[in-house]
Amino acid sequence: MHDIPTDTSFLEMMDILNEMLIEKGEEPVTFDHDCREGICGMCSLYVNGHPHGPATGATTCQLYMRRFKDGDTITVEPWRSAAFPVIKDLMVNRNAFDQIQQAGGYVSFQTGGAQDANAIPISKEAADEAMDSATCIGCGACVAACKNGSAMLFLSAKVSQFALLPQGKAEAKRRVKAMLAKMDELGFGNCTNTGACAAECPKNIKLSNIARLNREFLCAKCSD
Amino acid sequence: MEETKINAQPIDSKIPEGPIAEKWTNYKAHQKLVNPANKRKLDIIVVGTGLAGASAAATLGEMGFNVLNFCIQDSPRRAHSIAAQGGINAAKNYQNDGDSVYRLFYDTVKGGDYRAREANVYRLAEVSNNIIDQCVAQGVPFAREYGGLLANRSFGGAQVSRTFYAKGQTGQQLLLGAYSSLNRMIHAGKVKSYNRYEMHDVVIIDGRARGIIAKNLVTGKLERFAAHAVVIATGGYGNTYFLSTNAMGCNCSAAMACYRHGAYFANPAYVQIHPTCIPVHGDKQSKLTLMSESLRNDGRIWVPKNIEDAKKLQAGQIKGSDIPEEERDYYLERRYPAFGNLVPRDVASRAAKERCDKGYGVNNTGKAVFLDFSEAINRLGIDVIRQRYGNLFDMYEEITDVNPGELANEINGVKYYNPMMIYPAIHYTMGGIWVDYELQTSIKGLFAIGECNFSDHGANRLGASALMQGLADGYFVLPYTIQNYLSDQITVPHFSTDSPEFDAAEKKVQKNLDDLMAIQGKRSVDSIHKELGNVMWDYVGMARTKESLETALKKLKELRKEFETNLFIPGTQEGMNVELDKAFRLRDFITMGELIAYDALNRHESCGGHFREEHQTEEGEAKRDDENFFYVACWKYNGNDETAPTLIKEPLHYEGLASEGRSCHGWL
Ligand SMILES: Cc1cc2nc3c(=O)[nH]c(=O)nc-3n(C[C@H](O)[C@H](O)[C@H](O)COP(=O)(O)OP(=O)(O)OC[C@H]3O[C@@H](n4cnc5c(N)ncnc54)[C@H](O)[C@@H]3O)c2cc1C
Ligand code: SF4
Ligand code: FES
Repeated sequence: MHDIPTDTSFLEMMDILNEMLIEKGEEPVTFDHDCREGICGMCSLYVNGHPHGPATGATTCQLYMRRFKDGDTITVEPWRSAAFPVIKDLMVNRNAFDQIQQAGGYVSFQTGGAQDANAIPISKEAADEAMDSATCIGCGACVAACKNGSAMLFLSAKVSQFALLPQGKAEAKRRVKAMLAKMDELGFGNCTNTGACAAECPKNIKLSNIARLNREFLCAKCSD
Repeated sequence: MEETKINAQPIDSKIPEGPIAEKWTNYKAHQKLVNPANKRKLDIIVVGTGLAGASAAATLGEMGFNVLNFCIQDSPRRAHSIAAQGGINAAKNYQNDGDSVYRLFYDTVKGGDYRAREANVYRLAEVSNNIIDQCVAQGVPFAREYGGLLANRSFGGAQVSRTFYAKGQTGQQLLLGAYSSLNRMIHAGKVKSYNRYEMHDVVIIDGRARGIIAKNLVTGKLERFAAHAVVIATGGYGNTYFLSTNAMGCNCSAAMACYRHGAYFANPAYVQIHPTCIPVHGDKQSKLTLMSESLRNDGRIWVPKNIEDAKKLQAGQIKGSDIPEEERDYYLERRYPAFGNLVPRDVASRAAKERCDKGYGVNNTGKAVFLDFSEAINRLGIDVIRQRYGNLFDMYEEITDVNPGELANEINGVKYYNPMMIYPAIHYTMGGIWVDYELQTSIKGLFAIGECNFSDHGANRLGASALMQGLADGYFVLPYTIQNYLSDQITVPHFSTDSPEFDAAEKKVQKNLDDLMAIQGKRSVDSIHKELGNVMWDYVGMARTKESLETALKKLKELRKEFETNLFIPGTQEGMNVELDKAFRLRDFITMGELIAYDALNRHESCGGHFREEHQTEEGEAKRDDENFFYVACWKYNGNDETAPTLIKEPLHYEGLASEGRSCHGWL
C-alpha cells in the first residue's frame, strides 16, 4: 500500500485497503472492530506476530501507522485458538468467553432489592484493585498469545474483581469452580505460568490475578 | 421543495395525575401487574444490549418473562455504552452539598432548555438513586474515598458533586454490571441471547408489534422472531454525520424501521456536539475521539489574537508554544467571564466554530483550537496535572504524537507547554422515537428505551445523564410500565412466525436486500456515507439557517439518488457481507438526515443543541421562542422515504417549573 499518512490508525489503514479492493470490484477483508478507542474489545488481529500488534498496553485500534517504517511488510492474522473458530478472514467467534461469564461471572442479586450504596464501606485500596481487574475488555489476546490457548487471565480478572469486594464473597466458591469447569469444557488449554498472556494484554491485567484465582480455587476445593 | 404537513391530531402522553413529585408513586400504585405464573406465558423481544437493553432484558428475565435479546456485536458486552467515560449522575447528596431529587430534576429540565417532558424527568431524578444502589450491589467498582464511601465529582459545570465514576471507564463498568445480570439470566434460561443479529424490521399484527425480522450476520440468512411485545434499545443516530464519537456500528436502522411503520420520531434536530474532541486530520479518518470534558477544569481554550499568527500555524511555520501569553485570545474567558472555559457544551462548541470560521483555526485544516495546560502546570506542577489527566495526555499523544505535558518553549521567563488541539464533534442525539410516559411508542406493544427514545433530555443533555437514563429506563421504568400493557395479553398464546404478516415482512426485507445487491454501480458505501456526513456537518451542523437547511434537503435528495443508482456492494448475500450490512444502515442514515433537516427547518428558534442563526441574542447566544415552540415535534412517516413527513405537536405542560430564559451569566 502507498501513501499512508503516519497519523492514520491501523484500522483506518485497513479501511483504505478495503476501499481499494472495492474499487477493483473485489471483496474487502472482514475484520472485527467497533469503538476504535480501545474499550469495546471487538478488534482483534495478530500483527507481526503479536496480538494487538507491537505496541504494549494498547489494542489494535489504538495502533498508529507511525509505529511502522516505510516499506515494511506487515503480517496480519486472525486470533488463533481452538476455542475461537474463524468466521471469515480475520474475524473469529469468541462466544466461549460469554459462556464462561454465564457460568458464574456475576453476583446473584435481583433488581430492586439493593440496600443503600454507602451501607457497606469498601476500602479504597480494595475498590481500586477490583477496578484494575474489572478493566479487562474480553478481547481474547491472552488466549491468542498463550501457547496452550488458556483463558486463565481473562477468567481470573473476573474472579478477582469479585474476590476483592464484599458483594462477591457469598458465592465465591461456587463461582470459581463453575467458571473453571466451563473453561475446561470449552476446550481452552491449561495454564503453565508462561506469562505470555499478561505481556500481551492491552489492559495490563496482572498475572497476580491468576495467583488469586488459584488461591480461591484451592479454598473452594478444601471446603468441599 | 416538499412542504411538511402539520397535523392537529392530539397526542396522549399518558402522564399520570397528581403533583409532579407523586406521579410515579401514583402510577405504580395503580398500574396493572402480571402475576408470576402468567409471566412465563409472555415473550418479550429486547433489541440492543447497551445499558438500556441489557438492564431491561436482565430485569424482565428476573421477573419471569421469556426474553429474546439481540445485538449486532459478537457479545452483549461490546455495545456502544461500553465507551462512556465520565460518569453517571444521581441525587444521593452523599457530599451534603444541597443536592436533591428536585435539584437534579430542575438541572436536567433547565439543561434541556425547557424542551423535555417534565413528568418523565422527575421520575428519572427519582429513580437515579436506585441505580447507584443497584450497581454497587452488582459489584461495580465505583471510585471510593479513603473512608471507604463512594466518591463523587462535579461534571458538566453542575453546582453539586453528584457524578459517580469508575476511573475514566464508567460506561464500561456499568455495562459489565448489566451484562453480569444478563448472564445470570441467560444461564437460568430466562434470556436467550442472539449475538451478531441485526433487526431489519418490526412485524405488526392487528396494529400491535408482535415480532421482528432479523438477519443472522454470520450466515446472511433472515430469521423470524415472535413475541408479545418488542422493546427497541438500539442507541442514537449520531453516525448520520459519518464522523462522530460514536462507535462504528452505531446506527439508526431499527428506529427507522419503527418510524416507517408509523411510530412517531420526536425532535430529530436535537443533536449534541461535544466541544473537546481530537480534530479531524484528513479524509481517511473513520471516527472522532472524545477527550474527556474534565480537561476543561484546568485547560484554557485559545486561538491567536492575530490572524497572521493563525495563518502561520495553519501553514505549519510556527507552533502554539511560540505564541506568548499576550498574543493569545482566551475567547471563552473573554466572552463569558463568569464561566470561562466551563461554559455548557453547545456554547463552547459554537464559540470554537465562530473563531475558526473567522480564520483563526490553528491546524492545517483551520478547524481546531488550542486547549492549553501551561498555566495549570506552572501553578500546580506537572505531577499534579499528570495525576489528574495523565491517561488522557497519553491517549492524546498516542493518537497525535504530541505530548501535552511536555515543556516546549520559554518566552520572557514564562514556560509554555505543548497545547492540545481540539474541535467539536457530534456526540449524542437527544431526539429519538417518540414514547409516552410508559415508554411505549405510538405503536401498541412497541417500546423504546435508552438513547434511541427522545424522552428525558429535551433539547440538550447534561454530562453523565445518558447513562443514568439508560439504566433508569431498563432497570426501573420499563419493567413496570410494560406490565400495564402485557396484563391483558396473558390469554394470547405464544405466537407462531408462520403467519401472513411474517411472510410479508420477510419478503419485504429480502426485496430490500436484493435491490441493494442489484444496484451494481461504482461507489463504495463509505464514500457515499462520507458525503452524507459532509452535507450534514456543513448544512445541518452546529449553526443552521433556513437556507442551509433547504440546501441540505436538496443535496440529500441527490444523494439518495446516487445511493440508489450508483452504489456497489461486492460479494453475495451468502454468509457474512459487511458491505451489504453497512449499505442497509446507510439507506436509513440518509432518511434520518432528511428528518433532522425537516425538523431543524421547522423549529424557528434556537434551543439547546439546535441553533438557528436567525434566532440569537446580540451576544450570539441561543434565543428560544417559548410562545411558538413549546412543544415536542413528532414526525410521522408518509408511506415512502421521498415524501416529506407530517408534523404532529405534543404541547408541553409545566407544573413543577416555570420556564426561564437562559444566559450564560446565570446559567448552570
Ligand atoms: C465517547 C462517548 C462517551 C460518553 N460518555 C458518557 C458519560 O460519561 N456519561 C453519560 O451519561 N453518557 C455518556 N455517553 C453517552 C452514552 O454512552 C450513550 O448515550 C448510552 O450509552 C447509550 O446507551 P443505549 O443502551 O441507549 O445504546 P447503545 O449502548 O448504543 O446500545 C445499542 C445496542 O443496540 C444494538 N443494536 C443497534 N442496532 C441494532 C439492530 N438493528 N439490531 C440488533 N441490535 C442492534 C447494538 O448492538 C447495541 O447492543 C458517551 C457517549 C460516547 C460516544
Ligand atoms: S485479560 Fe487482557 S488480553 Fe485477556 S481478554 Fe482481558 S483484556 Fe483481553
Ligand atoms: S475497536 Fe473497540 S477495542 Fe478496538
